[in-house]
Amino acid sequence: MRFALFLGCTIPARLAQYESSSRAVLERLGVELVDIKEFNCCGYPIRNTDFKAAILASARNLALAESKNLTMVVLCKCGFGMLKYAGHIMREDPTLREEINTTLKKEGLEFEGRIEIKHLLSVLYHDVGVDAIKEKITRAYKELKIATHYGCHALRPSEVVEFDDPVNPTLFDNLVEATGAESIYWEKRLECCGAPLTGVNDDLSADLTEKKLVNAQQSGADFLCDACSYCHIQFDTVQRMLNDQRGGNHPLPPILYPQLLGLSMGIDGDTLGLAMNQIDISSIEGFLSK
Amino acid sequence: MAYYISLYVSLAIFAIGLVYKVLTWFFLKTSLYSKSIPTAKRLSSALKGIISTIFSPKILTLIKVFFLDIILQRKVLKEDFLRWLTHILIYGAFMLLLLMHALDAFITSAIFSNYSATLNPFMFLRDLFGVLVIIGICLAVYRRFILKAPRLTSNPMDIYAIILLALIMLSGILLEGGKIGSYCLYKQMVTDYAGLEEQEEEFKALTAFWVANFGTVSPGLRAPFDTELLEAGEELHEMSCAGCHSRPQWAFMGYSVASAIKGVALGLDRAGIPTVLWYIHFLACFIGLAYLPFSKLFHIITSPLSLLANSVMDRQLSDPANIATRQALELDACMHCGQCSNGCSVAVAFEHIGNVNILPSEKMQSLKRVVSGRHMDEKEIRLILDGTYLCTNCHRCTDVCPAGINLEELWFTMREALFQNDYPEFCVLSPLSFYRGLMRQSIAESDYRRPLTLAREAIGAGCALMKDQGKTINLTPSDRGLQGELRLSDQASSFSACFGCQTCTNVCPVVANYENPKEALGLLPHQIMYSVGLGIKDLAFGSQMLWDCVTCYLCQEQCPQGVKVTEVLYELKNLAIKNVYKD
Repeated sequence: MRFALFLGCTIPARLAQYESSSRAVLERLGVELVDIKEFNCCGYPIRNTDFKAAILASARNLALAESKNLTMVVLCKCGFGMLKYAGHIMREDPTLREEINTTLKKEGLEFEGRIEIKHLLSVLYHDVGVDAIKEKITRAYKELKIATHYGCHALRPSEVVEFDDPVNPTLFDNLVEATGAESIYWEKRLECCGAPLTGVNDDLSADLTEKKLVNAQQSGADFLCDACSYCHIQFDTVQRMLNDQRGGNHPLPPILYPQLLGLSMGIDGDTLGLAMNQIDISSIEGFLSK
Repeated sequence: MAYYISLYVSLAIFAIGLVYKVLTWFFLKTSLYSKSIPTAKRLSSALKGIISTIFSPKILTLIKVFFLDIILQRKVLKEDFLRWLTHILIYGAFMLLLLMHALDAFITSAIFSNYSATLNPFMFLRDLFGVLVIIGICLAVYRRFILKAPRLTSNPMDIYAIILLALIMLSGILLEGGKIGSYCLYKQMVTDYAGLEEQEEEFKALTAFWVANFGTVSPGLRAPFDTELLEAGEELHEMSCAGCHSRPQWAFMGYSVASAIKGVALGLDRAGIPTVLWYIHFLACFIGLAYLPFSKLFHIITSPLSLLANSVMDRQLSDPANIATRQALELDACMHCGQCSNGCSVAVAFEHIGNVNILPSEKMQSLKRVVSGRHMDEKEIRLILDGTYLCTNCHRCTDVCPAGINLEELWFTMREALFQNDYPEFCVLSPLSFYRGLMRQSIAESDYRRPLTLAREAIGAGCALMKDQGKTINLTPSDRGLQGELRLSDQASSFSACFGCQTCTNVCPVVANYENPKEALGLLPHQIMYSVGLGIKDLAFGSQMLWDCVTCYLCQEQCPQGVKVTEVLYELKNLAIKNVYKD
């Protein structure tokens, strides 16, 4: 199994632990990652203001991966959604594709439409498989309740992203449960984390985040598990800022899925960058079986 | 005389320029907070910072950076071998030439008591260093104009620097070639060192020897010569000349020139060409010296300073006065190499949008102008602001900058300063603001909110109907054009299938967040779909809902009619911004 790893902008700059933990986990599971240094912005943050510039940015990444005949694995869900959307629309709209390709050809690239784009979770679920993951687990969690957060751009629009059933998804829950933890049901599990409005309408963004966290906590979660750079920073950094500002209810610590999985595979906390999270998650080690 | 006058004039200009430039680092303002820090405070903080760093363990970091990043250019090597080779050839060999040749009176003669420019190894080394610089210059020209290295653009400053260097090197070699063949200079040397000019036979012998072996072109004597004459000449040569004159073949570049121009050497010599070349050579050097503080070559001083400062400074911990000073210095440390633009995550957007300020290396040039206080019109400022905001704060520019400039931090502070012009910037209403949101505690609350409000107001200003909520709206489509404009996204025209069930609004988490959503959001998602159906631009563009949409796609996923609600909202955002510019 060989994939081109797409990190996007946020992970290398502000969430290095997502990269290090994903690499560590995938290595143990026999997944080989290829780094393409020329990858650029996925286009997602530009789409509000300039659709074509966003598609162009996305398409360049797709063309780069295509030129190496690799399937892409994306860690961020917003990036995943954008790349999937760009691939989809360029297959649907030949005029747009031609226009984008005209620009790409200036540097010898072309989007042909062969590319396959996967999220980290899809690779773990479909390519590696839950059974293979379970085989590598040496210290399963006991009595750990996890609020599994799917992330909007992985689920919807479903006919574009083709990630899982958009209404009743189970993929991420199954991956969480493979570690021995319990993935609880909570009402707001499929809703937005609030990150797209951080910096745009912070009050609204904070409301959405807070509601989710309260709902997860009230449903009995010990931790929230995510697998997206924006969602994670929102639940981690922004939750911490909110606790400082809005008064401290007990935080619900978020953990990245490869961190959760990595610990149960016996990978050390430094490699998984546990200490790099803003909200302390060290207590999760107490749930590991001895 | 002319030599000394021009030397002192250029030294004076260099010194004044240097002092002026250094002073600007203490009064130019790159950020909002630096506005409140007086120059005296910045000077004293810098002094304190430098002294306390030197007498702390951080000195080890500075030493490491000095050798690895400044002398050996590790950062350049990591990114691009050809560029590293080019630069190390130019700067390394030029520095050696400067120390050994240009400053020979002060350095080389002080170290080697028997130093003479015409003796080996100095004669050979001078040409060797010279040829290395020339290879470097050729590689630079090749990278820029033939290979066309990506994102490497050439502005006049870049071209002047190359021309100046080339002029210094070529004039030097031509001068050497001219001097080797010059009969006038030969005679002068004979007078000064041998005292033979009155003794005809001896003079003839020595001249024959020099014509045969040293490339001198004599008007009267031509090879071949008798062995006896040459032997006599050699004897005289050993007596009077050999002590401070190696064979010119060692100056292989100059000697090649001398050989090539042998046929016309006498004419050139009579016309005084070697003297002309000498003027060109030293004038080019002195012009370079005087121009240095104002040119790209100033990075010889500023880039190392930036590398050193950045290796020991920290956004959170360092004195804000020193950060203000460092940022002003960083503007001078940029040598426009384009490495940042090559690594830039959003550089690709430039290909479509066409605003050069998106590219970090070009943004830097514009920001220099902004900071210098030069007058700019609204259009120019807005383009700079737009290019500066169209950035994902991915830090790649900063990671690759060979001058160690903290570009990402510079963009951040300069954006905030540019917002003070009160021109609306629409990128603030996008996830590009995510990082600014995370950093909001470093910005005053009113400064933080102002650009967000301004952008929304600018879009709302063109949508009169939004403000007049009581007005009855004519149901005859007012603008069929709007529907035609919605053609970018996937099936954005699907809004016409809307039958008004309001599912989109009912599932929207943003709508659900408000007790009175209409008051907070203007129109609700289903109402926006109607407005698009009716072609009412004011309502479709003017609603706050557009900018408060989290793009979670719940509405679109749940729509029983398959209306691409989120895609329509996305596209309306694009159009609403365009609508502002249309006016």
